[in-house]
Amino acid sequence: MATVEINDLAKRYRGTQALRGLNLRLASGCVTGILGENGSGKSTLFRILAGVTRPTRGQVLIDGLRIGVDTRRITAYLPEVDAFYAWMSIEEQLEFLASFYPEWDQAKARELTQFMKLKGEAKIGELSKGQRARLKFIVAFSWPSRLILLDEPLGGIDPPSRARIMRAMVQEFRAEEQTILISTHLVAEIEEFVEQVVFLHDGEVALQGNADALRTDRGESLSQMLEEVLS
Amino acid sequence: MNFDPTRPIYLQIMEEVKKRAVRGNYAAGEQLPSVRDMATQMGVNPNTMSRAYQELEREGFIHTKRGEGSFLTHESVRIESERTGLAQAACAHFVVQLRDLALDAATTRHLLQRVEEEVNE
Repeated sequence: MATVEINDLAKRYRGTQALRGLNLRLASGCVTGILGENGSGKSTLFRILAGVTRPTRGQVLIDGLRIGVDTRRITAYLPEVDAFYAWMSIEEQLEFLASFYPEWDQAKARELTQFMKLKGEAKIGELSKGQRARLKFIVAFSWPSRLILLDEPLGGIDPPSRARIMRAMVQEFRAEEQTILISTHLVAEIEEFVEQVVFLHDGEVALQGNADALRTDRGESLSQMLEEVLS
Repeated sequence: MNFDPTRPIYLQIMEEVKKRAVRGNYAAGEQLPSVRDMATQMGVNPNTMSRAYQELEREGFIHTKRGEGSFLTHESVRIESERTGLAQAACAHFVVQLRDLALDAATTRHLLQRVEEEVNE
C-alpha cells in the first residue's frame, strides 16, 4: 500500500508547461482517478511517478521514498502506448516480462489471461487494440505491486474489452495492499470505481476530493464536474 | 447495476441491499455476500462497498460478526419498516412528478384509481 506525496511539482517540455506546481497527497489503499482532457498533464504526472521522466521542479515521494530504483520496484506503470513485441505470443511476452519482476506470479498471469479471454498462443501483432489493452492489464496485476499507474487504460478500445477490464479491476484490486491511480478522459466509464478524484486542467489541480462527497455537495456526476472544470 | 452517477454510490448500494431484503432476496438473519463478492456483483469499488456495509451496520440493518461475515438483521419488523420507507420515497417522487404536470390532488387520485383498475383487469 503506497502513499503518494507530491510537492510543488512542475514539468516543462520545450516551450510547454505540462505541470504547474502540483501539490497532492494521495491516500494509500484507494483508487484515485486523475481526470482531465488530453494535454491536461495526466500522462506527464504518471511518467514522473513511474520514474520515466524527471520533473523540472518539485518533489515526489512514494511511501516516503524519492523516485528511483526503490520506488520502481513497487510500481506497476502501464503507459497509454504499450511496449509489447509484435512477434511474440502472449505466453512468450508474459514469460519475458516475468524475468523483470522478482515477485511475478505465473499462476495469476495464467488465470488473468483466461479471465480476459485471451489465448496464450496468439501473436501480439495480431491482437486488436482491445485485446492489447487487456494484456496490459494482465501485466499490471500479475505481481504484487503496491502502486499501479494506469494511464488511459480504456481509451480507444471496444466496449466489451472495457467492461472486461473494469470487471477484472474490481475483482483484482487489493485495497489492503495496493494503491491505484487511473487517468482517463472517459470519466463515465469509471464513475463507480474511483473513490478519490483529482481533476487536472492545464497542468493544475482544478478540483479534488472524495467522489461521493463531491456528489453530495454538488449533485453532479464526475463527468458533469469535468465539463465544469473545463469551462 | 446501473447507478445514478449524480448521487453518492454508497447510498445507492445501501438502497439496493434494502430493496433486496424487502423483496425477500435475503431473508431476515441471513448471511450476506462478502464485501468483495458484493462489490464484484454490483461492479463497484470494494472500499465503497465496505463503506455501504458500515453505514448499514450503523443503521442496525445488518450486523457483522468478526471472522464470520455480515448478516441481515433478525428483526422482520425492521425490514418491514424499510419497505414502508422505500414505498413512501417512491410515492413522494411520483407526487412531485405529477405536480410538475400541474395536476391537482383530486385528479391525481382519480387517475390512480383508474390505472389501478386497469392493472387489475
